[in-house]
Amino acid sequence: MSKVRVLVGTRKGAFILTSDGVRKRWKVSGPHFAGWEIYHMKGSAVNPDRIYASQTSGWFGQIIQRSDDGGKKWNTPGSSPEELKSPDGMSKGESNKFVYDTSPETGKPLTTHQWYDGTQHPWEFKRVWHLEPSLQDPDHVYAGVEDAALFESKDGGKSWHELAGLRGSDTGPKWQPGAGGMCLHTILLDASNPNRISIAISAAGTFRTDDGGKTWKPINRGLHSQFLPDPTAEVGHCVHRIAFHPSRPNTLFMQKHWDVMRSDNGGDSWQEVSGNLPTDFGFPIDVHAHEPETIYVVPIKSDSEHYPLKGRLRVYRSRAGGNEWEALTKGLPQRNCYVNVLRDAMSVDSLEPCGIYFGTTGGQVYASADSGDSWKAIVHDLPAVLSVEVQTLP
Amino acid sequence: MIHVVLPPHLRTLARVDGETELEVKTPVTQRSVLDALEAKYPMLRGTIRDHVTQLRRPMVRFFACGEDLSHEPPDAPLPDAIAKGSEPFVIIGAIAGG
Repeated sequence: MSKVRVLVGTRKGAFILTSDGVRKRWKVSGPHFAGWEIYHMKGSAVNPDRIYASQTSGWFGQIIQRSDDGGKKWNTPGSSPEELKSPDGMSKGESNKFVYDTSPETGKPLTTHQWYDGTQHPWEFKRVWHLEPSLQDPDHVYAGVEDAALFESKDGGKSWHELAGLRGSDTGPKWQPGAGGMCLHTILLDASNPNRISIAISAAGTFRTDDGGKTWKPINRGLHSQFLPDPTAEVGHCVHRIAFHPSRPNTLFMQKHWDVMRSDNGGDSWQEVSGNLPTDFGFPIDVHAHEPETIYVVPIKSDSEHYPLKGRLRVYRSRAGGNEWEALTKGLPQRNCYVNVLRDAMSVDSLEPCGIYFGTTGGQVYASADSGDSWKAIVHDLPAVLSVEVQTLP
Repeated sequence: MIHVVLPPHLRTLARVDGETELEVKTPVTQRSVLDALEAKYPMLRGTIRDHVTQLRRPMVRFFACGEDLSHEPPDAPLPDAIAKGSEPFVIIGAIAGG
């Protein structure tokens, strides 16, 4: 029977929740890396026991952890005894080293972006928000970081190099941090075209490469953001999350700061599909594993009140790819609920029926084993949940 | 031998219990102690001082012999008691928050 492994990153450590395919009884392991912020964990599609984790701290900076046994044991790649010494006798463990590319050949250094007060500010690495393993090679993994940039490792996380063409695009000086920082938080890899990657940055917008990361272009046409002097500007939009179904890589869905959006041409243009949502502010958006037109969002009251409307936690589902939405409430608290659901805290499994999962800032991880019709909390009292990823295992 | 006390989170990361003992070439300075520490425990690189600038991370402090040495130059000699191993070089995560 298939199994499900849910990787949960929280403010105070990582937790791994496992169940068989019935998804009724769950085992909880953790906290792993207790006391550290775990922004994200994700397993390789090629080798599901290969899991990468972003472990970070305001005191001690960024750590990359890797497991090769499904999360039982972890190590910092590049730091094992056999890897300690380079020929000159120096340590070469550097898995935690994220340094912006300033080389004249590839760096095309952009030294500044827009700061909160409108002045220009130098790029400063703070943390890894999202790790996206390649679809072909478990040693190849991408990292979306704050301040916004895209890095990759081709040696299992031992060393990291920036794909500087993104930050070096001529729009960089117009990028600006959102309230959570200037983070690259979403990385979509196209299984049918390894040279195509779409990413999203808050608050810069969405960008796409079609040449494996050498050159990038903003894909924000159709977005409208009233907080910008020019609401339809090429960049500067606070995109909270983008998602697609692997079988339809040209159809992208977006939860923007306000507005739920859709593109049917790989992001070249967008249309609003907020439809009858009670509020179109929110963070996560995800797509059903077997129904490419079935999508999920969690409406949040507003950008200054980060909790559900009227204290009622509701996932909204559209089976029409947007515009027509239904509230999913069964099993979710319908009074006195004032949690948030962050952008990387929703995921789906690929069982039948499809399982939907999300974590809250109140420490609950909710699961639905029936495509969202009903929900149950797997855990109630974790630290604030930053991210949820799901692996469906044979 | 130089004795170094790591904060709990870094002890966990480096998988050490209690104090760490290091062979450090003279002169014994903040830089030479941290160089030796990072050579023995590469996973600590970047956690105490920046990978590139080698500057102390803002919320890390260095104490020794009852003094806060955090703002001393990295190449200044550490107190004799540290160099002789009779007192530890203490690395702490600054108290922050409330």
